[in-house]
Amino acid sequence: MRRLLFLLPVALFAVIAGYFTLGLRGDPSLLPSALIDKPAPDFALPGLGGKPGLARADLAGRVALVNFFASWCAPCRTEHPLLMRLAEEGKVALYGIDYKDKPEDAARLLAQLGDPYRRIGVDREGRTAIDFGVYGVPETYVVDAAGRIRYRQVGPISAADWERKLLPLLQKLGAS
Amino acid sequence: MIVELGHYALVLALFMALLQASLPLVGAARGHPAWMALADSTALVQFGLVALAFAALIHAYVTSDFSVLNVVQNSHSTKPLLYKVTGVWGNHEGSMVLWVFILTLYGAAVALFGGALPPPLRARVLAVQGMIGAGFLLFILATSNPFIRVVPPPPDGDGLNPLLQDPGLAFHPPFLYLGYVGFSMAFSFAVAALIEGRVDAAWARWVRPWTLAAWCALTIGIAMGSWWSYYVLGWGGWWAWDPVENASFMPWLAGTALLHSAIVVEKRGALKSWTILLAILAFSLSLIGTFLVRSGVLTSVHAFAVDPARGAFILLLLAVAIGGSLTLYAIRAPALKLGGLFAPISREGALVLNNLILATGAATVFLGTLYPLFLEKMTGAAVSVGPPFFKATFVPLMVPMLVLLVFGPLLAWKRGDLLGALGRLKLAFAVSAAAALAAWHFTTGGPIGAVLGIALAAWLAVGTAVEWAERVKLFRAPLGESWRRLRHLPRAAWGMSIAHFGLAVLVAGIAASAWQTERIETVRPGDTVDVAGYAFRFEGTEPVQGPNYSAQRATFTVTREGRTVAVMHPSRRFYPVQRMPITDAAIRTNGFADLYAVITDPGEGGAWVARLYYNPLVPWIWFGAVIMAAGGLVSLSDRRLRVGAPARRGAAVKAPGAAPA
Amino acid sequence: MRAAPFPSPRPSPASGRGRILALLCLILALLPLPALAVLPSERLADPALEARARALSRELRCLVCRNESIDDSSADLAHDLRVLVRERLKAGDSDAQVLAYLTSRYGDFVLLRPPVQPDTWLLWFGPPALLCLGGVGLAFALRRRRGAAAEPAPLSAEERQRLERLMREEEA
Repeated sequence: MRRLLFLLPVALFAVIAGYFTLGLRGDPSLLPSALIDKPAPDFALPGLGGKPGLARADLAGRVALVNFFASWCAPCRTEHPLLMRLAEEGKVALYGIDYKDKPEDAARLLAQLGDPYRRIGVDREGRTAIDFGVYGVPETYVVDAAGRIRYRQVGPISAADWERKLLPLLQKLGAS
Repeated sequence: MIVELGHYALVLALFMALLQASLPLVGAARGHPAWMALADSTALVQFGLVALAFAALIHAYVTSDFSVLNVVQNSHSTKPLLYKVTGVWGNHEGSMVLWVFILTLYGAAVALFGGALPPPLRARVLAVQGMIGAGFLLFILATSNPFIRVVPPPPDGDGLNPLLQDPGLAFHPPFLYLGYVGFSMAFSFAVAALIEGRVDAAWARWVRPWTLAAWCALTIGIAMGSWWSYYVLGWGGWWAWDPVENASFMPWLAGTALLHSAIVVEKRGALKSWTILLAILAFSLSLIGTFLVRSGVLTSVHAFAVDPARGAFILLLLAVAIGGSLTLYAIRAPALKLGGLFAPISREGALVLNNLILATGAATVFLGTLYPLFLEKMTGAAVSVGPPFFKATFVPLMVPMLVLLVFGPLLAWKRGDLLGALGRLKLAFAVSAAAALAAWHFTTGGPIGAVLGIALAAWLAVGTAVEWAERVKLFRAPLGESWRRLRHLPRAAWGMSIAHFGLAVLVAGIAASAWQTERIETVRPGDTVDVAGYAFRFEGTEPVQGPNYSAQRATFTVTREGRTVAVMHPSRRFYPVQRMPITDAAIRTNGFADLYAVITDPGEGGAWVARLYYNPLVPWIWFGAVIMAAGGLVSLSDRRLRVGAPARRGAAVKAPGAAPA
Repeated sequence: MRAAPFPSPRPSPASGRGRILALLCLILALLPLPALAVLPSERLADPALEARARALSRELRCLVCRNESIDDSSADLAHDLRVLVRERLKAGDSDAQVLAYLTSRYGDFVLLRPPVQPDTWLLWFGPPALLCLGGVGLAFALRRRRGAAAEPAPLSAEERQRLERLMREEEA
């Protein structure tokens, strides 16, 4: 009994070291969304430069990707080519929400790099972003046909992210 | 050339450390005096080599040798000389070299001044030091080499983060490491004692100076970090319960517990295995702190650059050092003899209670700091554990300890007289009640916790004074007798009284910070803002050119009842190399309160957003910490801890209950 | 590699991968100057409501900068959340409703004081349990040891005789 007591410290340390080992894997900055499997928040945003805006109703009926971006956001540029490719393939409905941005800057960016979005909503105050639980851009949400959020991609979508996470999920949801 | 010399010295130091870690152990086991004596020479040579490497790195920084990657990344030719030097440890690689430098410094100190230690113990202690040194030298050479060249060298460096270009931060890491690494001595002594299977009063006496020295340095180091965060970050606070701060606080709590439990081992021969465990834990927590800060396992506001490879390496070191020592503990500690008996109400009982609460405190901080990681790995849920949690859990834990702290020194060893102690504390009780009433009255209410905190501080201060007065029989004996007693009071007793008094000052400072007055206003030249009776008149800003920054310097004339009390110049600096603006707070203190001014955002027409504070008693937080460390130093100078302290046999006879196993 | 509207004002000496991140942050930092936490423009006119807003802000984590509350943070999102908290309060929300509003969007992660629920029981009750366990264990151990080492049995008549004999021999 007394001997067991003396084993306690090393046993506790073994548990802690195990967690540290797990902790070394994975990025602590990636957070699960609080809205997984919950209905996407309601929103209705104006469009960019006179074009039609984006509202929750626009997402209804099919699987959609909602991508939060901004012209001042450097990492957004790294995922832009991938978004353009998706738009060309046309298999998935890609919507954009321009986060806390000057509309003219966003328009210039899209004119420069191409516009991959079916529709764009301008979220100047960042309120819709807060409703989605966004804490930085880019973030991308998968919204299923029933209007529920199924996945959140934090940070730019890399080719690996697309192949391993997003594409299988979209196929499962029947988007493509 | 000098850079390669430094690199080479590190490699040689690694081999020295490996020698130091192995041969003396064998020597101690087989009784070869020559092999044991190798510990001394290898420790000294290892220190010399690491010092050489450290000097080479400093040389590269001072001469702005941009062919060295580490210098390029952390220095700039226009940086003032002081920050060129301190920039050496303002980054991961350089700070690890400083870490090992201090480790070998302690090793060399044992080799030079450990003459009174029995040769086998000294050989084993130094061998354990050698193992730690070898582990970290290997870590530096394998993952964090500061001597890597870059070809072709860029014309100039990236500079040092402006927030680190500050005299307060320049000396924060060395003190912190003196503390962290200093606990390696207690660790080595503990492991050596476990190998020998012997813990006695003499052992406790030998460990004490190292632990005290480390504790003093860590106290100062943490206080400096907190002071830096107070005046550089410009947020008006001084402790954020950030993982990095917690990482330094946990070893401090364990070290404080160790200091107290080692007294029981020394005086009464009890608590041996617990003291050994604390010695292992204090250093283990230092190592874990190093791991947390540098591995990226936790997100922190002021972390080093994150590198998983380094994290994995440190984790391996942790597993070997902590896992190894705790396994040894599990095997050998049960055989340690139990020491002297004592009643629950006794000096020992009070010290045990102190240890229980401090250990729980350390566990609380540990759990709070790491819980997000644990939970995320268990269930995937993300939680935050922030200041509100620690305020709700850690602070209530400390209150009973501070209340009981006063009783401890008044109780006798073995069996104390609680009622007698209570009777002698009447004065302390009366003063603390009066202090609470005064605080309540003069602050027109305020948080009840702060009022209680002031009462607690008064209780601590007066209780400590009462105990001191009893020792010298103040007013009970003729003054001449008191004077004689005063002069013969052991330094250790002085140290305790001073440190406990410092804690009282610290508690007062923390409690009173609840009465901070804050004003956040947009000010235009000529505007006046009233902060707790002080009128801050904003005169405007002017551009100023610093050595490696440009700044807008504001002028506030502060008056109280029409009389000018201060002219303050907070500024907003811009460092072109890093393209980073920082705020530079202006602080005017009178020792009892700080006036604190920061300007943050410029507006139109010379307007600025100003944050102005009146912080009563906040400087006492740092005064208190300095007094505590001073108490530690006084205790360190006690005759019985000096070089050539009594040898084991003599001490064992003198100390009752000491049982050589 | 992800961008916050503003970097944390606290230091992060960077190298390697972190350097790229730091560089990105710096580029972004050039856009608008970072503000320091609460701005005069955010403040509510009603001092009681404003005090509640400040207290709530200290309970909420700035998601971008990680270990600061939104009250201390200069990040843009922290500013938005501070404004949001004040709006909710003005709309008549209770403190609990404001916190619920934010946790429904950001999860428990946004709370600096984790909620007391089964998966945080260990966090909240672990240390007090440790204290109690330690206290009880100590009391138990102390009592047992004292019991074990209680008064030694009195000497038997034979022993007493032997002791006397020994002592006489000693004197002689």
